[in-house]
Amino acid sequence: MSQDKIKGLQKSKSGIDGLDEITGGGFPKGRPTLICGSAGCGKTLMGIQFLVRGIIDYNEPGVFMSFEESQKDLNQNVHSMGFDLNKMISQKKLRIDHIVIEKSEIEETGEYDLEGLFIRLNHAIDAIGAKRVVLDTIESLFGGLDNASILRSELRRLFQWLKAKGVTAIITGERGESSLTRQGLEEYVSDCVILLDFRVIDQIATRRLRIVKYRGSTHGTNEYPFLIDETGISVLPITSLKLEHKTSSEILSYGFDDLDKLFDKGGFFRGTSVLITGSAGTSKTTLSSYFALSSCRRNESTLYFSFEESPDQLVRNMMSVGINLKPFIKSKKLFIHSSRSSLQGLEMHLLVLHKLIKELKPRTVIIDPISSLVTVGNSSEVRAMLVRLMDILKVNLINALFTSLTHEKGNDYSDLTVDAVSSLADTWIRVSNDEMNNVRKRNLSIVKSRGMGHSNLVWEFTIDNKGIKIKKSA
Amino acid sequence: MKKKNIPVLIADDKLVLQLYVSGMSPKSMEAIGNIKKICSGLVEDSFKLEIIDLYKHPELASEQQIVFSPSLIKRLPLPKKTLVGTFSDTEKVIRGLGIPIKE
Repeated sequence: MSQDKIKGLQKSKSGIDGLDEITGGGFPKGRPTLICGSAGCGKTLMGIQFLVRGIIDYNEPGVFMSFEESQKDLNQNVHSMGFDLNKMISQKKLRIDHIVIEKSEIEETGEYDLEGLFIRLNHAIDAIGAKRVVLDTIESLFGGLDNASILRSELRRLFQWLKAKGVTAIITGERGESSLTRQGLEEYVSDCVILLDFRVIDQIATRRLRIVKYRGSTHGTNEYPFLIDETGISVLPITSLKLEHKTSSEILSYGFDDLDKLFDKGGFFRGTSVLITGSAGTSKTTLSSYFALSSCRRNESTLYFSFEESPDQLVRNMMSVGINLKPFIKSKKLFIHSSRSSLQGLEMHLLVLHKLIKELKPRTVIIDPISSLVTVGNSSEVRAMLVRLMDILKVNLINALFTSLTHEKGNDYSDLTVDAVSSLADTWIRVSNDEMNNVRKRNLSIVKSRGMGHSNLVWEFTIDNKGIKIKKSA
Repeated sequence: MKKKNIPVLIADDKLVLQLYVSGMSPKSMEAIGNIKKICSGLVEDSFKLEIIDLYKHPELASEQQIVFSPSLIKRLPLPKKTLVGTFSDTEKVIRGLGIPIKE
């Protein structure tokens, strides 16, 4: 276990999406890590996932010492995530030891120690050659006995013992009022402490995670949102903000010639982010659908986030302007994800997006409209989120299109989303409705287009059942 | 002659005790000594005491739900009871085991 050469801290992959990026590689190998948080914040699940992924992905057997839930309960709880604990137990990859302490049955008569627990743990570890251990929640011991000082010194010994044993351990602890854990476990586990949090802001619940300390390693210091869904826990890190992404000089079409012609190169570069702003009813969604259509025609996977219309509604409405998206949904080229923006916190939307991007590997992502997300977060949050989002898309060289609803008479620049997105977007198209001589005229102009020349005129356009037409003369 | 401070005990039903210790640690030795002293006050054949070294049978720790060492489990008569410690407090042990004392 001890090595003569001095090496940097070795790390053990956590098996939790995104967490390894924040911790720079995972939990400290061969050392205990404390995960604390209030009830229901996902501590047990994080422990289980650490073990299960360790078994499946890294072939590292694990021991789960449960002080609260029985093996049966645990198995049931995680079954919905597709983890079959019983199978792993029969394969001798996993061991679950449920520790039951009945306070009413126990009498303390003099000095004692936790040697029984040590022996149990040691036996379990040796029986399957475990590399990973989870103790959930060891503080329950304090509830069963009166002599806290014995327990304290024994716990200190336990953590040292775990280190000497060379197992990567997770110890969970319930959040205390003035300290991280009720019994101050953070004093003993000094290598890595992670705090989980579950809070409700403006009636929207978000789970967050923060690395309180990580000795001997650099780590992200922010609070990171995380999500628990049918595949377990995933954490959303901010991907590198170094602006080092690769670029492409491939030119793609916006979906109709008239618009392509307004750009010198006849389209947009692959991996461009496009922003379309305009007030209500200025055909932002129609333009987005062209964008989607063009991507589908290139036979590329396309992801459409709709915060206002259901997939069916969107498809029906687009039929009325001659855009038929149905065959592409059938052929699975186009995936429309509709949800209410207020359904969940901002980060959750981003996480869902992140997951879908990972899953579907789209070449084009459309978010319609991005402004509806503003209602669920405050301005700094929205901005941070948009930066993250753009970053994810840029790094993956995904074409992105965002629409943003602006107010009729206001200045574009005063608008929050426009303000946040415009500097990040590569191309900005503005659409508007202007009333002149009792007629509403639709106008389109290109505000900017990085890397290529573009028309600087305001173009009038019409929409009929065949689609959008831009009038020849401006 | 028995020492005076050891009370004479009557166990109506047979007393079945299991003492789990961890090797030859001072606490284990003290616990064994104390429990033997208490048992010496019992009528022969009225009890059964088994001493188990957890180091030799580590699998029993999990099977028998042992966390603390030394642990004394009273199997019979029911209810089951677990006493932890070195059993230095004789009276508490006797009370904990629920054995009536003959004056």
